[in-house]
Amino acid sequence: MAEIWNLQRAQEIIARHKAQEGPMLPILHELQDRFGSIGEEAIRLVAQSLNITRAEVYGVVSFYHDFRQAPAGRHVLKICRAEACQSMGGEDYAAALLHSLGLEWGQTTKDGRLTIEPVYCLGLCACAPNAMLDGQPRARLDATTLQALAGEAV
Amino acid sequence: MGLIHEVDYGTKSSNSTKLVTLTIDGQSITVPDGTSVMRAAMEMGTQIPKLCATDTLDSFGSCRLCLVEIEGRAGTPASCTTPVAEGMVVHTQNAKLAKLRRGVMELYISDHPLDCLTCGANGDCELQDMAGAVGLRDVRYGNDVKTHLDLPKDNSNPYFQFDPSKCIVCSRCVRACEEIQGTFALTIAGTGFNSKVSPGINEMFLGSECVSCGACVQACPTATLIETSVLEHGQPEHSAVTTCAYCGVGCAFKVEMRGEEVVRMMPYKDGKANHGHSCVKGRFAWGYTTHKDRITKPMLRAKITDPWKEVSWDEAISHVASEFKRIQAEHGKDAIGGITSSRCTNEETFLVQKFVRAGFGNNNVDTCARVCHSPTGYGLSTTLGTSAGTQDFDSVMDSDVIMIIGANPTDGHPVFGSRMKQRLRQGAKLIVIDPRRTDIVHTPHVDASYHLALRPGTNVAVINALSHVIVSEGLVNEAYVRERCDWDEFSDWASFILDPKNSPEAVEAVSGVPAQTIRDAARLYATGGNAAIYYGLGVTEHSQGSTAVIAIANLAMATGNVGRSGVGINPLRGQNNVQGSCDMGSFPHEFPGYRHVADDSVRHIFETEWKVPLSDNPGLRIPNMLDAAVDGSFKGIYIQGEDIVQSDPDTKHITAGLSAMECVVVQDLFLNETSNFAHVFLPGSTFLEKNGTFTNAERRIQLVRKMMAPRNGYEDWEVTQLLGQAMGMNMHYTHPSEIMDEIARTTPSFAGVSFKLLEEKGSIQWPCNEAAPEGTPVMHVGHFVRGKGKFVITDYIATDEKTGPRFPLLLTTGRILTQYNVGAQTRRTPNVAWHEEDLLEIHPHDAEERGIKDGDWVKLASRSGETSLHAKITDRVAPGVVYTTFHHPATQANVITTDYSDWATNCPEYKVTAVQVSLSNGPTEWQERYRAHSSQARRIAPQEAAE
Repeated sequence: MAEIWNLQRAQEIIARHKAQEGPMLPILHELQDRFGSIGEEAIRLVAQSLNITRAEVYGVVSFYHDFRQAPAGRHVLKICRAEACQSMGGEDYAAALLHSLGLEWGQTTKDGRLTIEPVYCLGLCACAPNAMLDGQPRARLDATTLQALAGEAV
Repeated sequence: MGLIHEVDYGTKSSNSTKLVTLTIDGQSITVPDGTSVMRAAMEMGTQIPKLCATDTLDSFGSCRLCLVEIEGRAGTPASCTTPVAEGMVVHTQNAKLAKLRRGVMELYISDHPLDCLTCGANGDCELQDMAGAVGLRDVRYGNDVKTHLDLPKDNSNPYFQFDPSKCIVCSRCVRACEEIQGTFALTIAGTGFNSKVSPGINEMFLGSECVSCGACVQACPTATLIETSVLEHGQPEHSAVTTCAYCGVGCAFKVEMRGEEVVRMMPYKDGKANHGHSCVKGRFAWGYTTHKDRITKPMLRAKITDPWKEVSWDEAISHVASEFKRIQAEHGKDAIGGITSSRCTNEETFLVQKFVRAGFGNNNVDTCARVCHSPTGYGLSTTLGTSAGTQDFDSVMDSDVIMIIGANPTDGHPVFGSRMKQRLRQGAKLIVIDPRRTDIVHTPHVDASYHLALRPGTNVAVINALSHVIVSEGLVNEAYVRERCDWDEFSDWASFILDPKNSPEAVEAVSGVPAQTIRDAARLYATGGNAAIYYGLGVTEHSQGSTAVIAIANLAMATGNVGRSGVGINPLRGQNNVQGSCDMGSFPHEFPGYRHVADDSVRHIFETEWKVPLSDNPGLRIPNMLDAAVDGSFKGIYIQGEDIVQSDPDTKHITAGLSAMECVVVQDLFLNETSNFAHVFLPGSTFLEKNGTFTNAERRIQLVRKMMAPRNGYEDWEVTQLLGQAMGMNMHYTHPSEIMDEIARTTPSFAGVSFKLLEEKGSIQWPCNEAAPEGTPVMHVGHFVRGKGKFVITDYIATDEKTGPRFPLLLTTGRILTQYNVGAQTRRTPNVAWHEEDLLEIHPHDAEERGIKDGDWVKLASRSGETSLHAKITDRVAPGVVYTTFHHPATQANVITTDYSDWATNCPEYKVTAVQVSLSNGPTEWQERYRAHSSQARRIAPQEAAE
């Protein structure tokens, strides 16, 4: 469960990684793990701490889809939209799920329970279509199992 | 005269000495190893289509337009990232490449608004050119595809527009901001289709980390980043190269014109000082040249309480001449004098001092350098034998240790500051000695190894302590000192410096700098390789300004750091031509070339040239002129391009002196604080309206070219000539080049300089004479100009300006990037968007003690006077120190500063004033009274109707 933003904790995280070579990615990962997202305050703090500009930090944060600038829902379901999953009907299953939840790609349910995001290949093409719920891969999905997966996350 | 077109070679040149021969499109070419295929092709005149490459940036290889085929290699590599190899056979054009390029171009154009005819970059767009070059005829992608065409424009910056709908994401702007300017304000946000150029965290340009240097605008190959002035006027049709009239860096610019209107200033790649870079002032802040406040007609008045009356040039000139003659008849020939300007050209300055020496018959000529770098002249002449910086700017790229003392290059000399940051990013070490944490101490990608945050006024103590460590720890370069310097003088100095009073431990108590930091910094300076010192007014503007310059020279000589590239002693000179105005004999005791007026042989040269007897008595310095005026013996003054009321210390004393004179003549672009006390106003011309030369901080003489007729009718030198003629002098120059010829005839260090040579070579660093016909980039190579380097004992003597219970804080002053000195020009441009008023920086501790919150009105009081301004709470300044800028006349920071000055040169002690700060509720009585006087004094009487 993500904590709310805490300057001192954030500084501790930065201090722990600062001395290593290429400290920005490990810092951003840990900040996101701790606080659920990397907001503007975090970007400014990382920039200041590493003596780089906020533009540079923002460039990195916005480059990687897995870094989020606003908090996600309590659970995140990433559904693969790459070629293998598409060819196995993944797009239809995903569309049906989104429709049933009333969401677009990248949106979160109103109760903050679930965020649905696209992902482009989880490396599980042999057992497509697949998805990942809160970091756990799930394979050989269909309309029903995908729906159930979304329901699992409470 | 058409537009100057600079060739873009696509990638940087290689300075390898190894040569490589290859074949491109059947032609053989030999280039240095490390050259890119793209550049090699361009060297022989073949332009390979390109978008993301430009020769001011490292190659990047993202646009995929510059693909070539190389025999024996697979695929179609990008020519910008492929270095040449011996025997390589390259094809830049064939059917396969054409198809690939068209395909790439088609994709670019499918997401580009096809509004070329109404686009601001029409006629100057690389995307347009490349579409033509690759023969794009059709875009097959439909109208229903996703595009970026609806992205909103960012018009927040007053000088350029950012229109992301036209962006091709080549990253040239991002790379220019990083590699050239070193600000890193831009990034490519997002990825894939969502990639977008973003200042900061998806911010607007204004308000982001952007410093508006214009490097991104210059680098942009499309209309995405484009000057507002180009959007307004359209493309320029002719241009010429000139020299910037702001700071002492001396950037070369192409002035791009339409008729008599400036469209834009483009940094010139071949400029030896700036190499194609610029700052927000030189690049954009030229709007003052046509500002409505400019006075273009001469004006007279009998009393300073009268309104001004516009008169003809004839009337104004003959009035001045008759007044000056009358005053000399009534009060003696020494009752008048003149002030030259570091904003004017060498030729104009030379003429004003000639006017005074030969026309007035005295040596009462001084210059604004009095209040900035006169101690540099004294200190460096004494120790090394010449009054100038020892290096060229390029030398910094060979430095391993850079020591900055009392200078703020990223604000005051931004283009050189960027250069310095390039070298620091490459790994050079930095030591900063400054009471304030200037940007360069800690700024993205740059961190000083040591910041010696000394108490204002303790420079000499700290520099002595650095030398103490070097001598006591055996770090002196003895071989160098024995060979190059006077050994006896060195020995005397060494025993002085070893005195325990100069030890870091003793100096810690005086300066507040921890002894260990002084020791570490001294060791780094002495042992870190090539060590260069750059210093500014934080060194000179003190009661011991000259002593500090000498102490710096001692330090550099003791460690062998003078006389080759990468080292040296470099005053960062404030104004565009302050070096030149000093060279041209602006000081009361010196003829051009720093030769004393009492030297018979020198006087003989000028007496022969000017055909009049000359005085061998040094004349009055500016403060002495004002003292004499208050005493009643000095009655008239000709001031060209200097606002002494705002810029010189102790405003009340200055205004009292001017008020006591009978004929104050001010020649300037605008009515200013000094003209409030003037009887004659002669309108001046801008740097765009005259021919001449400026000399920058590295002794580089560069041409200033006339781009338009002077709005006031005359170039400034012509006005001085008219005055000279009216006073009975035989002056008949038809062009400033003739004045330069006279300078060359009379001044050995300029003997080889002529406009013809400057036209040929672009610029020349003096000395330029028989011994150095092409000028001198680095001085004192092999031996010092004066012969043996002279060590001089530099006792630290605390200033008389001391804190006490009534005035417990020390005020120091400085500049900011977007404004220039008294702001006469920059305040009349959109640069006020960044700095609309002077603020008082105060440490949180001092603020809290006084109940001051950020943004409060505070009263700043010293023994001299008081003023009010808004407070800014910051830990950039140490507790006990406050800081402000002096760009705005409303603040009148110099009401506060005292009349203490350098013992040797009278350079005022601007950088140390004991003050008290307290909450206030608005401007002080002085400010209100001055404002009232100022508006009263600037009235211009309406023209009488024509008969």
